Amino acid sequence: MELSTPARLRRHSRRGAWHYALYAWCALVFIFLMAPLVVVFPISFSSSAYLQFPPPGWSLRWYAAYVSDATWMEATYRSLKIAGATTVLAMLLGTPLSFSLVRGRYPGKSALNQVSLLPLIVPVIVYSIAVYGLFGRLQLIGAWQAIVLGHTVHAIPFVVIIVSAALRTFDIGQEHAAMSLGASRAMAIWRVTLPQIRPSLVSAAFLAFISSFDELVVAMFLGGSNMTLPKKMFDNIVNEIDPTIAAVSVVQIILVTAVLIVVSKLGSGAAPAN
Amino acid sequence: MTGIPDSPGTASARAPAGRRGWWRRHREGAASLANAAPAMLFLFVLYLLPMIMLLAQSVEGGTLVHYQKALTDGLYVQVLVDTLLIAAYVSLACLLLAYPVAYFLSIAPGWWATVGIIFVLLPFWTSILVRTYGWMVLLGRNGIINRALLDSGLIGAPLPLLNNTAGVLIGMTHVLLPYMIFPLYAVMKRMDRGLLAAAEGMGASGWQVFRRIYFPLTLPGVLAGVTLVYVLSIGFFITPALLGGGKVTMVAVLIEQQIRTFLNWGFAAALSAVLLTATLLVYLVLRRALRSNMQWN
Repeated sequence: MELSTPARLRRHSRRGAWHYALYAWCALVFIFLMAPLVVVFPISFSSSAYLQFPPPGWSLRWYAAYVSDATWMEATYRSLKIAGATTVLAMLLGTPLSFSLVRGRYPGKSALNQVSLLPLIVPVIVYSIAVYGLFGRLQLIGAWQAIVLGHTVHAIPFVVIIVSAALRTFDIGQEHAAMSLGASRAMAIWRVTLPQIRPSLVSAAFLAFISSFDELVVAMFLGGSNMTLPKKMFDNIVNEIDPTIAAVSVVQIILVTAVLIVVSKLGSGAAPAN
Repeated sequence: MTGIPDSPGTASARAPAGRRGWWRRHREGAASLANAAPAMLFLFVLYLLPMIMLLAQSVEGGTLVHYQKALTDGLYVQVLVDTLLIAAYVSLACLLLAYPVAYFLSIAPGWWATVGIIFVLLPFWTSILVRTYGWMVLLGRNGIINRALLDSGLIGAPLPLLNNTAGVLIGMTHVLLPYMIFPLYAVMKRMDRGLLAAAEGMGASGWQVFRRIYFPLTLPGVLAGVTLVYVLSIGFFITPALLGGGKVTMVAVLIEQQIRTFLNWGFAAALSAVLLTATLLVYLVLRRALRSNMQWN
């Protein structure tokens, strides 16, 4: 049934008004999301030691301060080392676990699945003091390896979620075909299955890396006086707001953007919704 | 084709009866268990064991005195109530901000959708500390927002936006907003838009289509997002610690203080148990709601 022309017009303009309201709302939310990222750029180039906006002049002194300060550099290096080791460990543990959870059939599998995802739900502060208590007894506080172990617990669920999703959609027939041609199961997985799910493996590794690199609370308890980059940033924010942290922030934002671009080329499913 | 180890279910149906079939079935299971074993051992020793040890400390000496303190002392009850309230406000704020945005992302043409998704992903991937620092620059007494409002003459004195509950709410909403947008977007993207056209074709108004068709169909996404944001909110530590300026105490901040400042392990363990219970309850209740809702659809 055709609507009469005036009715259709009315409906059309009403919808138009709705859409403008929708776009305006979305624009505001996008501004809200991006604003705290954008503001650190001008602050990082400020010549002033105080938080002043707009900056009285421009300089690169906060970038120089970041690069020339040994404690900032040590913290950065420590965080990169910890995140790298966490990624390797979480992938080595999480990938076989995903195979088991997707393909295996044994009693207690769903409980196993729940346990492996639990670190995502349990508040980080609770886990942090729990592992702080354990490592305190073992005299492991301050060792970077201890932080790697704590971070790996939190990285395993990300690996399991992404790799499991990939394995569920992978056609196992390809693996069987390789085996019927004489490959062993291990060889078939190594040469056929893993290359096929490579985008998901890349995404999983990226998530594991970032989850460790940005993590503060576990590292705060386990690190002792050996600060990671987030701990150094936290202290910098709490104690003296000096724009060095703005320079560090800009470096991180640019790195994240670059890595996101690389991962979107190599991987898929970088968004947890996928 | 007997040489090919198959998935266990079909193998049991196809394999010859007797010892070999039995072995094959169980070899599959054993291989799967062997794959899971290292990770499970790891999680048991480094995850379940410390958690159990911590929870045991809350009742050390066979006394419930720590729980009594956490659940009856007015000061600590207030912290618990504040935490639950802040989490509720943050969830509501996230839902109101996220719903239209997720809708926009689900219908926007290619380029706009890509840009919109980047605007959500970029902050999501940026360190919470960077974002918190950004909010301090924006919200402080001499921050950009107060400066702009003062200069324009809209306000006579700086608004208190930092080191109070307002600052914590703004910061937490910012951190958690993507966790609301993703599930809503996933549900909206999958929606069969033919249903909306059908309702419209039968004479429903735009509002009726939304209220009777669209919104109910997005309810699983709403529940998933709200659960996720609420569960993450009640355990929040960094944002309240930095933007609350010591004036906003949430449970996680209280737990940290009890360990760091007072070395009061028993009480911190009891608070952890309370926080853990609240978290798991919300998670289980809403997971059940989600499941029944999906079946209903």
